[in-house]
Amino acid sequence: MRSPLRTLTRRGLLTGTLGSAALLATAGTLAGCGTKGAQQTEAGCKSDDVSATEKKLAFSNWPQYMDTDEKDESKRPTLDAFIASTGIQVTYTEDVNDNNEFFGKVQNQLAGCQSTGRDIMVLTDWMAARMIRLGWVQKLDKSKIGNVEANLLPSLRGRSFDTGTEMAIPWQSGLAGLAYNAKVTKEIRTVDELLTRPDLKGKVTALSEMRDTMGLLIQAGGHDPANFTPAQFDDALNKLKKAVDSKQIRRFTGNDYAPDLAKGDIAACIGWSGDVIQLGFEDSKIKFVVPESGVMLWSDNMLVPNKATHKANAEALMNYYYDPAVAAKLAAYVNYICPVQGAQAEMEKIDPDLAKNPLIFPDDAMLAKSKVFMALDEQREKEYETKFQQVIGA
Amino acid sequence: MTALAHVPTSAGSPAPPPARRGRNRLLPYLLLLPGAAWLLVFFALPLLQLAAASLYDPAGSLSTGYAMTWAVGNYPDALQAYWPQFLRSFLYSAIALVLALLMGYPLAYAIAQKAGRWKNLLLVAVVAPMFTSFLVRTLAWKTILSDNGAVVGLLRDVHLLGPDGRLLATPIAVVLGLTYNFLPFLVLPLYASLERLDPRLLEAASDLYASPLRAFARVTLPLSMPGLIAGTLLFFIPATGDYINAELLGTPNEYMIGNVIDSAFLVRLDYPQGAALSFLLMAAILVIVFAYLRRAGTEEVL
Repeated sequence: MRSPLRTLTRRGLLTGTLGSAALLATAGTLAGCGTKGAQQTEAGCKSDDVSATEKKLAFSNWPQYMDTDEKDESKRPTLDAFIASTGIQVTYTEDVNDNNEFFGKVQNQLAGCQSTGRDIMVLTDWMAARMIRLGWVQKLDKSKIGNVEANLLPSLRGRSFDTGTEMAIPWQSGLAGLAYNAKVTKEIRTVDELLTRPDLKGKVTALSEMRDTMGLLIQAGGHDPANFTPAQFDDALNKLKKAVDSKQIRRFTGNDYAPDLAKGDIAACIGWSGDVIQLGFEDSKIKFVVPESGVMLWSDNMLVPNKATHKANAEALMNYYYDPAVAAKLAAYVNYICPVQGAQAEMEKIDPDLAKNPLIFPDDAMLAKSKVFMALDEQREKEYETKFQQVIGA
Repeated sequence: MTALAHVPTSAGSPAPPPARRGRNRLLPYLLLLPGAAWLLVFFALPLLQLAAASLYDPAGSLSTGYAMTWAVGNYPDALQAYWPQFLRSFLYSAIALVLALLMGYPLAYAIAQKAGRWKNLLLVAVVAPMFTSFLVRTLAWKTILSDNGAVVGLLRDVHLLGPDGRLLATPIAVVLGLTYNFLPFLVLPLYASLERLDPRLLEAASDLYASPLRAFARVTLPLSMPGLIAGTLLFFIPATGDYINAELLGTPNEYMIGNVIDSAFLVRLDYPQGAALSFLLMAAILVIVFAYLRRAGTEEVL
């Protein structure tokens, strides 16, 4: 401890002056801070296309989202066939693990109208909507993606964030609905049962993806998740809050609910169809339920970001994967909903059982019950997301 | 924290050597340069950036950008919205710290003083879990505490848990996870202190008729103080900011402040609030650490 009595020395004066100067300088720098808007416009951020001279394509996708050879995991039959037939060298990277995380990865480049080094990236509806809203995505040339025009499932056309279907092309789709483990509980039919049935208390999880959980609840309240009012949202959120407060809901999850459901730690949950099919192959007691009130249909979409220099090559690839024969091969591997019409007929040749599976090729009745969550503007998105996060505890 | 690691422990340092002219006087600064530059680029500048972000206009958004408006109101707003998570963070890490001390002190003592030729093996056993990722170890706890697992089954059989009772997704699981994950940070500095303990001092104490308890309180404990203080800090600071344990082993009702900051930055894209919460957490920890060091006496550590 120094003595409390300090006299003013030359050194003290100097350090004092220097210290205050440093503080002032810091404050000055801070005042100069602030961020520029991330919004881009088509005119303001032009991208060149060098596809004609460079036969290359960089493709960022989620893990396990591309068919691999049964004997050699490093071979990807459909993609290899594309490379062989077009001569376009595809660099395929599985570097999308989470929408929010990936957004953080490319955010600075795209906000500054710089290249991300990717020509196609695959992102879920709401994130695709955000990127389109920010003007970060290139418009596609419809004449070059004829297969998409011809074969895209009708329920995936003209979605509210991409009404012309010219920016976000579904790679795979899926449903968010209910799932339960019949070993530990009896059948579940409605969202209300999930949220209130006493024997499920503490054995229920819901998705931390706001659009999936809230979409199902909005439907259960008798409203349309593609077009709802803030009051209807609050209504549904109150129901969720009650279930959280009463400890009915154990936690909110990403993909990680799957092992818990298989073990029986959770008896029932809101989950994704693809995961539940996978679990169902191993254990037939695990079942996916489409509630009477309706399910959520989501897609992971191919986007061509600004400053990607191989747009035409990207369009060629999209067109290729919308060929029903190719789409069927892919669907046989990934087990999500195939967004390509006509692939079901092709699937008959590969695996008739899969062709009959309504969670890969949904029938009209199921499609009629499925809805896509409405596109939100930035202010609403933040408002809803904040409210939802408060209920789920963060 | 970094200051603790490299400060000499001897109180009476030798008189400084007479200053020499020229290059030699610059040498210490040159030696400092790489570390200082590193800290500047990877710590000081980001911190400054974070400080700026915490004062941005909360009405800003990603697409329009954030203006610097010195919005000090971000701090009370953030605190008002998330004070329960703040309190919970400190409560959980404090309980975990007590548990870790109860387990860690005897463990460190046994390794340092009683292990004999097993000493190295035991030390490796303390450190070995760190060879696998933090995430993997926490996920393993999910399996251990699973509702249909052996631990819960046993506790139900002996009626410590009700027939429907569970450990996973309760505060107990989160606190146990914190205790486990940060225990080595407590044990290692404690071990380093206890290892230097001269057994002859204990002999002397008992020669002078001190009971074992008294010898512990008057000799062992004071001599292990530097390790104890360093260890508790190394445990408490990361445990308070942790969000993985609450995320994986808990429910929304157990979420700690780290979970909130994570969601503010990555999900809600509310950068000013996330930055303000980060600073509040940092400030709260600094206050607690300083208060603690004041009571415990810095000279024990420094």
